Amino acid sequence: MSPTTGTRSRTDYSGGLSRVVRHPLFWPLVALAVLLLANTVYSPDFLAISVLDGHLFGAPIDILRNSAPLLLVALGMTLVIATRGIDLSVGATVAIAGAVSLSFIASSPNPGAVSTVLVAMGIALLLCLFLGVWNGLLVSVVGIQPIIATLILMTAGRGIAMLITEGQITTVTSAPFKTLGSGFWLGLPVAALVALGVYALVAALTRRTALGMLVESVGINPSASRLAGVKARTIVWTVFALSGLFSGLAGLILASNVMAADANNAGLFIELDAILAVVIGGTSLQGGKFSLSGTLVGVFIITTLTLTVTIVGVSPLVTPLFKAVVVIAVTLLQSPVVREKLAARSRRRAARPEEVAA
Amino acid sequence: MFSSTRRRTAGAMIASLAVLGLAACSSEQASTDAGSDSGDTGSAAEETISIGFSQVGAESGWRAANTKSIQDTLTQENGFDLSFSDAQQKQENQIQALRSYIQQGVDVLAFSPVVETGWDAVLEEAKAADIPVILTDRAVDSDDDSLYESFIGSDFVLEGETAGEWAVEQYDGEGYQVVELQGTTGAAPAIDRKAGFETAIEGSDLEIIDSQTGNFTRTEGKQVMEGFLQKYDDIDLVYAHNDDMGLGAIEAIEAAGMVPGEDIKIITVDAVKDGMQALADGKINYIVECNPLLGPDLADVAKKVIAGESVEKRIVVKDEAFDQEAAVEALPSREY
Repeated sequence: MSPTTGTRSRTDYSGGLSRVVRHPLFWPLVALAVLLLANTVYSPDFLAISVLDGHLFGAPIDILRNSAPLLLVALGMTLVIATRGIDLSVGATVAIAGAVSLSFIASSPNPGAVSTVLVAMGIALLLCLFLGVWNGLLVSVVGIQPIIATLILMTAGRGIAMLITEGQITTVTSAPFKTLGSGFWLGLPVAALVALGVYALVAALTRRTALGMLVESVGINPSASRLAGVKARTIVWTVFALSGLFSGLAGLILASNVMAADANNAGLFIELDAILAVVIGGTSLQGGKFSLSGTLVGVFIITTLTLTVTIVGVSPLVTPLFKAVVVIAVTLLQSPVVREKLAARSRRRAARPEEVAA
Repeated sequence: MFSSTRRRTAGAMIASLAVLGLAACSSEQASTDAGSDSGDTGSAAEETISIGFSQVGAESGWRAANTKSIQDTLTQENGFDLSFSDAQQKQENQIQALRSYIQQGVDVLAFSPVVETGWDAVLEEAKAADIPVILTDRAVDSDDDSLYESFIGSDFVLEGETAGEWAVEQYDGEGYQVVELQGTTGAAPAIDRKAGFETAIEGSDLEIIDSQTGNFTRTEGKQVMEGFLQKYDDIDLVYAHNDDMGLGAIEAIEAAGMVPGEDIKIITVDAVKDGMQALADGKINYIVECNPLLGPDLADVAKKVIAGESVEKRIVVKDEAFDQEAAVEALPSREY
């Protein structure tokens, strides 16, 4: 989808297959395929999709739906990381979005009304946008390092969410709100449609306009970009604001998924998963070039991995280890050093027959 | 560069938190000192027991109910002067709070330990200062059980057994396949509730076909249940270590086009309000209560300890259990 660059200079001397192998997304896609395959071994009709009550049902649909919140958070994170930043506050923002919207719905006289739900979502999203703007202000105007600036909200955010829910898990019954997380439209989960819609929008905005290039230039060299006339400050500010907004949307989906706002656990460690998804997708934490399609694949890998633990029946005691091993494998295959070594080896092996052929 | 900056900031934050903590402690100290002074001059008209309580945190609805019970019971009218602090799930905060209570010279120390180990040093200090210690809800793992007077709390193994016994009573002979949603890996309630349930269903034809952690949360309970539903076609019963995971499982079961409580039976532990509501609605079949109302027992034990009476080392709080009819009856009068 998005152009992935950096292979052009090398493709001259390599054939079609090795060009595929060299594609930055090759190994992540292989990892995803292996995970899906492993699941199919343990549960033969894993990839089967059936129609149930007029909508699609099956593990792939579950993966799509469960990926939605992480995809939204990771999209914002990709943009932030592309500008050399990082946003640790996304998990707290997720919790706040859920707390605000559900508290509003719970306290309204008519929790089942569409208007109530829309207002609740609107308030939550506005607040999260504001939180993103706040992060952006700290980073771009005040000049605090992103990791520190967002650490503030990461720490304070859950406290704010607790304050809103008064330490309780707020539960509501509201059919329209439930649609966002568990509903279906045209047979597909609404949550996934929303997330993929946002993905398409961001992809179009960054890749069909110069915006993506400007974001990358700020990430590669903020000062040079500024001197060249790029409004670096505005761009950094914008990506943090977007990260807040997307996290808010993710928070709404997560809250809607279980119809409860849990200030302590909603979106816990989602910042780490999001950073992981971005890195698996091949975006460097150094900033600069970013790959949205890479992030998409990264998100699917992480969500599938979570489901794999259940399907394969990994013991809870070793689940973190199991996940870590998969992640290490994927990132190693991704690393330029390892890839270079592998490439050099296959080149050596290929050198001899080539001479014969010549 | 990032890591060193982060470390420095983390250090600064800890330092500032410590300062805040000290400030809070010193103000508390001033007030309790004033209180005891006036008590002395009033020459023991009524003996107020000063008690320092350190709570784990405010991580769940259960905990909130527990806190409320303690604060509502240990009041001035009931003869207590309660100093309450929240450890935010951190052991160092809790140790700090306990030390400051020891310095203030409270009559009784009480706390719910965040973790099981690492308490010997601070409990020795309390012993040296001759302050009796009462544990609530969670135990400490120490070789020396003279370090505390009593441990008040639920018996998690018994909760698991109660759940298992009911399942056997209801469903034995039908060859039920059970999936288990475990609590946080390594947490005492998760280990004990699992063990208790397994003991109880031994010898019946109920079989646990799979068991995964749902981390005591709804979201993970739902995700794991979705996985189970993909993996197995014939799940008959879900046993969840708390209500929240059970509520998550309900969502997953409904999404799979089945009826929770009918097609797949659900048994949980805790009996918080949302769980009881689901039970009354027929979506859960049985809930074993884990009673958070420890305040009255704590007050009772504290009074006995101060009066020099002997108390039991282990006080098991009475946990009830509810089926659907009982839930409908109990729901209007539930305190939590």
